[in-house]
Amino acid sequence: MNQWEVVIGIETHAQLATVSKIFSGAATAFGGAPNTQACAVDLALPGVLPVLNRKAVDCAIRFGLSIGAEVAQKSVFARKNYFYPDLPKGYQISQFELPVVQGGAITVQVGSGDKAYEKTIRLTRAHLEEDAGKSLHEDFHGKSGIDLNRAGTPLLEIVSEPDMRSSDEAVAYARALHALVQWIGICDGNMQEGSFRCDANVSVRRPGAPFGTRREIKNLNSFRFLKEAIDFEVQWQINEIEEGRAIQQATVLFDPDSGETRMMRSKEDAHDYRYFPDPDLLPLVISDDWIARVRGELPELPGQMRQRFIDDLGLSAYDAAILTASQEMANYFESTVAVAGKANAKPCANWVMVDLAARLNKEGKVLAESPVAAAQLAGLIQRIADNTISNNIAKKVFEALWNGEGASADEIIEKQGLKQITDSGAIEALVDEVLAANAANVAEFRAGKEKAFNALVGQVMKVAKGKANPQQVNDLLRKKLAG
Amino acid sequence: MSLSLEQVQRIAHLARIEISETEATTTQGHLNGIFQLIEQMQAVDTRGIEPMAHAQDVAQRLRADAVTEGDRRAAFQAVAPETEAGLYLVPKVIE
Repeated sequence: MNQWEVVIGIETHAQLATVSKIFSGAATAFGGAPNTQACAVDLALPGVLPVLNRKAVDCAIRFGLSIGAEVAQKSVFARKNYFYPDLPKGYQISQFELPVVQGGAITVQVGSGDKAYEKTIRLTRAHLEEDAGKSLHEDFHGKSGIDLNRAGTPLLEIVSEPDMRSSDEAVAYARALHALVQWIGICDGNMQEGSFRCDANVSVRRPGAPFGTRREIKNLNSFRFLKEAIDFEVQWQINEIEEGRAIQQATVLFDPDSGETRMMRSKEDAHDYRYFPDPDLLPLVISDDWIARVRGELPELPGQMRQRFIDDLGLSAYDAAILTASQEMANYFESTVAVAGKANAKPCANWVMVDLAARLNKEGKVLAESPVAAAQLAGLIQRIADNTISNNIAKKVFEALWNGEGASADEIIEKQGLKQITDSGAIEALVDEVLAANAANVAEFRAGKEKAFNALVGQVMKVAKGKANPQQVNDLLRKKLAG
Repeated sequence: MSLSLEQVQRIAHLARIEISETEATTTQGHLNGIFQLIEQMQAVDTRGIEPMAHAQDVAQRLRADAVTEGDRRAAFQAVAPETEAGLYLVPKVIE
């Protein structure tokens, strides 16, 4: 595998969070009865004219500013011509030569733990366009049924440079983009409903060689499918080349059931879209004032928040990246720190990223469904910080909070008698008891076996039902054994 | 520049317009007439002039994001050749 380099570029269609369509006043709500949200403009009835939705442009500007791109002062809508029944006009209104967003970049965190690294993916462009309708091919006695509710729904097509070198990098990019469009409120990110879908352009080459011929995998609507499709496609292309066959440019579909990609159309019958400026629409002019206003309305962006977590809270770059991977996670963490205090930021980060995440993962839940609220978790962390409970007991208290055994960590500690024993007299009594009962271990320790010491600590903790302060137990044992 | 008969037929196919040999020849003549017109215009010196995307030098008007069109499916489908379960039925096309 080492002698092949994978090259991936991604095109993403993000459905913009408007209530009406990009060029008409019909509703965009998901799940309406067929054709009840398709007006004369969406149906391409004669004599109708498109009028651009201001909110869709707002969304494009927001996106451009959030990735450090150039927002074009003047951009142009073009007709992309192709013949298909769910496209009644015979063309899709899109942008071609002069897109509204040009350039920009996103920095993503790839992998986890020691193998984690950062990578900046450059964006080529993002442009506004309308979605097509939906064709249903079953159950209509040999005919296709057409639902035009989706026709004219505003999309932002976001095109990356071919900067990704593995399926993991592709998924990291797609996840970061998915989080960003939701973070800035321009897309609901609902992948099941098709609000966020990716096409992956994949090729392989010898390192340093020119780009290989690419094949485009269309319409991937989950991160798992994105990874599986790329991994299959890469292996397929390598096999083809190693067996002496050249890759032909093609569009392919991924079949999640078989885990394979299959050809949809080759270059020979690829579309000839015959783009030209749409005479029904004038150039879109965006003033500096408009851009300045949108800039003023932008929330703190993931990258900025990440830097703040590093600078103000002393978190590592890795922790800060994980905690800003989604707005829910960032909000939860910030709410936890708000109650537990900045001094406890690091334990807050650990509890959110490790313990809470693992527990959610185990139950297949997302953060929004967590039975433990941020304030409850913060209460728990405070009790660890002030030595009321040890880390081990804290895990028990967390489990109790998760199961709803009490409204707060304090209540559970009180009710279940979990308060740490810090009274040195009480601990001394326990230590004495254990020393008397474990003469063999004591002898071993005195003979130089350090392991015997750990056994004694374990015995004391056992007698104390885990509630003795571990540091005090250690200190007292050392003192007694030395004496 | 001028179009060949094959190019005319390809354009007709892309637009899914059925044309006979005679129509293709006639259309070829019409289209090449337009190209001659364009060639005449190309004789004009346009150096230093920014190309326009539209004949009128004005900016796109925008509308507020509001739902102004309700459900008129019954009226629209009354003139459709065939419908079922709220869908427009068309000859089967699978890409």
